[in-house]
Amino acid sequence: MIIKVLGSGCSNCKKLEENTRKALEDLGIEATIEKITDFKKIMAYGVMKTPALVVDAKVKIMGRVPSSEEIKKYL
Amino acid sequence: MNLISQMFTWLNNEILKMTWLSNLIQSFVENVFGLSLKERLGGSVHFFIYDTIKIFILLSVLIFLISYIQSYFPPERTKKILGNIKGIKGNILGALLGTITPFCSCSSIPIFIGFNAAGLPLGITFSFLISSPLVDLASLLILMSFFGAKIAIAYVVVGLILAVIGGTIIDRLHLEKYVEGYVREIKDVAVEVIEMTRSDRVSYSKQQVKDTVHKVWLYVLIGVGIGAAIHNWIPQSIIETVVGNNNPFAVLLATAVGIPMYADIFGTLPIAEALFQKGVGIGTVLSFMMAVTALSLPSIIMLSKVVKPKLLTIFVAIVATGIVIIGYLFNAFSFLFV
Repeated sequence: MIIKVLGSGCSNCKKLEENTRKALEDLGIEATIEKITDFKKIMAYGVMKTPALVVDAKVKIMGRVPSSEEIKKYL
Repeated sequence: MNLISQMFTWLNNEILKMTWLSNLIQSFVENVFGLSLKERLGGSVHFFIYDTIKIFILLSVLIFLISYIQSYFPPERTKKILGNIKGIKGNILGALLGTITPFCSCSSIPIFIGFNAAGLPLGITFSFLISSPLVDLASLLILMSFFGAKIAIAYVVVGLILAVIGGTIIDRLHLEKYVEGYVREIKDVAVEVIEMTRSDRVSYSKQQVKDTVHKVWLYVLIGVGIGAAIHNWIPQSIIETVVGNNNPFAVLLATAVGIPMYADIFGTLPIAEALFQKGVGIGTVLSFMMAVTALSLPSIIMLSKVVKPKLLTIFVAIVATGIVIIGYLFNAFSFLFV
């Protein structure tokens, strides 16, 4: 599973990454988390509001930081 | 009818204006601090405590409600809706959607690029960009609380008109060539908006309240502090000379001071309120608030990354001129509102 956190390094992006790691840990899933900070690449996903979460090339979350419980649904 | 109007007055006074809180703080200031509200210090302490608590209550409740509504309108959806509409209807819809799409100056670049890539006319994008920080549901309710329903509705209506006219002018001037080259090269990517459940929306809204409080608390305290100073410490005569109704340049000055300032409506209100109570014209006060919220140094810097200086200058000039005109009109017709 490849997970990408999109965002230009704002505090919300870090929070999203943290929550995602926690969700992965709870579920016992191995995955790589990649951070995308270049906004041209972010735009390439059609995302206009960061942070965003991409799981296996599909955008799951845009413009908000969900709880780790909610993130589990998308993993 | 009489009963209904009494009920409305009660609701407005107790819930929106929070007269109960004012009375509570008054007895607190008088009995605990032993200060009289008639004196300067007592008056300032009352203004500071009452306004701070009131703003944070309003902020929390309103941001929660507004975020819940906004969770239905992410910018990606707004882009899709606007993509099908042309002409002035597009400007009007752009301005209206600007009021319900969550916005901060940090997201203006991706929104600009996204709208542009989707082929939206430049004018519609600017209608959206003008109205989004300027007018939203929160500002309507919070203005009602501080200035009453008439002024609040008038503010929202003229704000929307400014957004529509500003966007239309930019459209007519055909300034597309002044959009930065790399912006035009970015391709449009449609993304499916994933529906949130009710509990997702609630947790999103709570998060927004937390983030907003975290982001604006300092601005609110500074705003309330300045408001308290204006309220009791700066002599009436100075305020009247500088921004009073006899100074023909009051609106210009209020706009010029407001433009570079970066604060949202919550930080601006206590200053506006204090000026208003000191008898400064409603148009001057509204110009100041509009200038602070619609334009700021950070948002201008952000936009400068996607548009060339000429378009940026035209944008700032149109919005500033609009705000000045609105100010003078409100001052001239203030008898209708005050």
